[in-house]
Amino acid sequence: MTAARDGERKAVPNTRARRAGRRGPRRHTRRDLAVLGVLLGIPILLDLALIWGPTLASVGLSFTTWDGVGDITWAGFKNYDNLFTTYPQFWPAVRHNLLWLVFLGVFAAPFGLLLAVLIDRGVRFSRFYQSTLYMPVVLSLAVVGFIAQLILSRDQGALNAVIGGRNPTDWLGDPGLNIWMVLLAACWRHTGYVMVLYLAGLKSVDPTLKEAAAIDGATERQTFFRVVLPTLRPVNVIVGVITVIESLRAFDIVYAVNKGRNGLELLSVLVTDNIIGEAGRIGFGSAIAVVLLLVSMGFIVTYLVQELRGEERR
Amino acid sequence: MSRRTLLRGAALGAGAVALPSLLAACDSGPSGVSLGSNASDAVPKKAFAAAFAAYEKKSKKTVKVNTVNHENFQENINRYLQGTPDDVFMWFAGNRMQYFAQKGLLADISDLWQHFGGFSDALKKQSTGADGKQYFVPYYYYPWAVFHRKSVFQEKGYEIPKTFDEYRALAKRMQRDGLVPFAFGDKDGWPAMGTFDYLDMRANGYDFHIALLSGRKSWNSPQVKQVFDLWRGLLPYHQKGANGRTWQEAAQSLAQKKAGMTVLGLPHPGQQFAAADRDDLDFFPFPEIDPAFGRDAVEAPVDGFLMSKKARDKSGARELLTYLATPAAEDIYLASDPNNIAVNSGADTSAYTPLQKKAVQLVSGARQISQFMDRDTRPDFASTVLIQAIQQFLNRPDDIDGLVNDIERQKKQIFAAG
Repeated sequence: MTAARDGERKAVPNTRARRAGRRGPRRHTRRDLAVLGVLLGIPILLDLALIWGPTLASVGLSFTTWDGVGDITWAGFKNYDNLFTTYPQFWPAVRHNLLWLVFLGVFAAPFGLLLAVLIDRGVRFSRFYQSTLYMPVVLSLAVVGFIAQLILSRDQGALNAVIGGRNPTDWLGDPGLNIWMVLLAACWRHTGYVMVLYLAGLKSVDPTLKEAAAIDGATERQTFFRVVLPTLRPVNVIVGVITVIESLRAFDIVYAVNKGRNGLELLSVLVTDNIIGEAGRIGFGSAIAVVLLLVSMGFIVTYLVQELRGEERR
Repeated sequence: MSRRTLLRGAALGAGAVALPSLLAACDSGPSGVSLGSNASDAVPKKAFAAAFAAYEKKSKKTVKVNTVNHENFQENINRYLQGTPDDVFMWFAGNRMQYFAQKGLLADISDLWQHFGGFSDALKKQSTGADGKQYFVPYYYYPWAVFHRKSVFQEKGYEIPKTFDEYRALAKRMQRDGLVPFAFGDKDGWPAMGTFDYLDMRANGYDFHIALLSGRKSWNSPQVKQVFDLWRGLLPYHQKGANGRTWQEAAQSLAQKKAGMTVLGLPHPGQQFAAADRDDLDFFPFPEIDPAFGRDAVEAPVDGFLMSKKARDKSGARELLTYLATPAAEDIYLASDPNNIAVNSGADTSAYTPLQKKAVQLVSGARQISQFMDRDTRPDFASTVLIQAIQQFLNRPDDIDGLVNDIERQKKQIFAAG
């Protein structure tokens, strides 16, 4: 093993020197190219086969009618037309997905940051808070959904048992109310996640920066918003990305609560209902999936463009 | 303990867990019939096991049962049948079976049916595909009715309502007496379908109901609007917040004497009653709305067995199906699960509970038997349109016109898709 490695180490500079002498600066040998080709080629092939293949197949299927068994027939834009005009669950689902995004982005993420800052400054029992707040992250959202039911069920839930009253509120059955309850539960989990990310980020902020700011006469608030937060930029990016991902792929919690019906419709649930369930409306379900893909692409493209521009500026 | 020993221990542990299942997976040779079961609840699972054990003893062949969670089995049925399905599997009669027969996923067993005895013509019809061939072996059924507690009715002096007006008047009286007239939960999406089915069959007749569900009648017709209108009139007497309540919770409020009545299937309320109270449970047929149709139709879903087209052990599967069609096979099942009724007229009814006996009477007196909304129509229509529509109706009962137009538009698309 060591002998072989030594041989390699010797061989590489030799060839490079020889070739460099003969044909000017060339950076890759044939073997380098082969290795690069294999190492890049395999992931690219996998990426094409496992990600782009199915994606394009879904886009293709969305223009057809297929029950999963018989023939596939071309349907043109009919699925999309039906989706936008006659499928009553579609627009509520889009609204709920966006609401999810706004709610997590505007409440959960900043709240997580606030908790991280408080804990980082060393409140008493900070270890305890840290683990308590992080605990929900370990739970899957499906489990969070079950916990939500135990607490919020109308007749047998803990909350209504505490509140009492003759006309109990139907927290999870009232279609105007249940989405907020589920968002609250999702927030409970997301906040902990964001908090831990920021906590790690805050630990790595160079204290001399804060000192310098303090010497320059910055108030604590200025120090935080002008100095600390910008240095947290990589964490901000990660938090932004996971918030978008969490809200677009949200599924398990509403499915655990009531299968994503009656006020809890989400695009992911509609896709599942139409494709995976007994229904077998694969073309129609694919059309919904394509809409979800476009929404995700919108966010991803905006994010990438901003990232690349940001890199250039620096 | 070092990290390495811990890891080694974990790997060994994982191997020990995985190995037997790997071995079991290899052990699927040609011996015996494989059977896909959706009977994941404890009581039916045990009852089916008894029936299969009896067959194994009799035929000296093995039945390999693969039990899958009830809901998951239904949701995956499409892919299950196209992948490597078991030779025989449990399913439902009616349209929900015919749909898969039409797709060519089921094996024709018409020749076996010629030798079956003890099945009524109605049952044969429910076991027959659209092409006139038989595919299904019926096993048991359970009627839907209005359930109540005898003691509550006696104590308050309530009379069994025969007409819809009496039904409504009784509900009103119960409300005055501080009871919730109808225990009601539709969180799972299907329990409320039973009420719709009965209202439609009583107001418009069985033929209209079946035509409606098979897509031949329109949902925005005055008849359907009338059904929703009748239902809206009853909603103030239903338990509030139905979309957030499971049928189990609803049945519990009947058991606790908080509610007076509930529309459910025979196996449902009994499970939620304490063993001592089970004798107190009783039912009456859904009351008459239009005298022209009386109380002729009964909703009684039939469960049974199908053979998949891809069955590997075809002769073994046929032999098992032949056995399952005998009265003896049904007797063994019902001995362990007294919440259903045998379909075969030769089955032994002497051990039936009074409730079971009454259920037999109800069904044998019926002139038409419907399955259930999600069994009498296409699965895609039931699961992506009707469940949502009924839940929406329960939330906003006043917009009936908008609701039925919505359903009709979606119906046209789905039934046009073929």
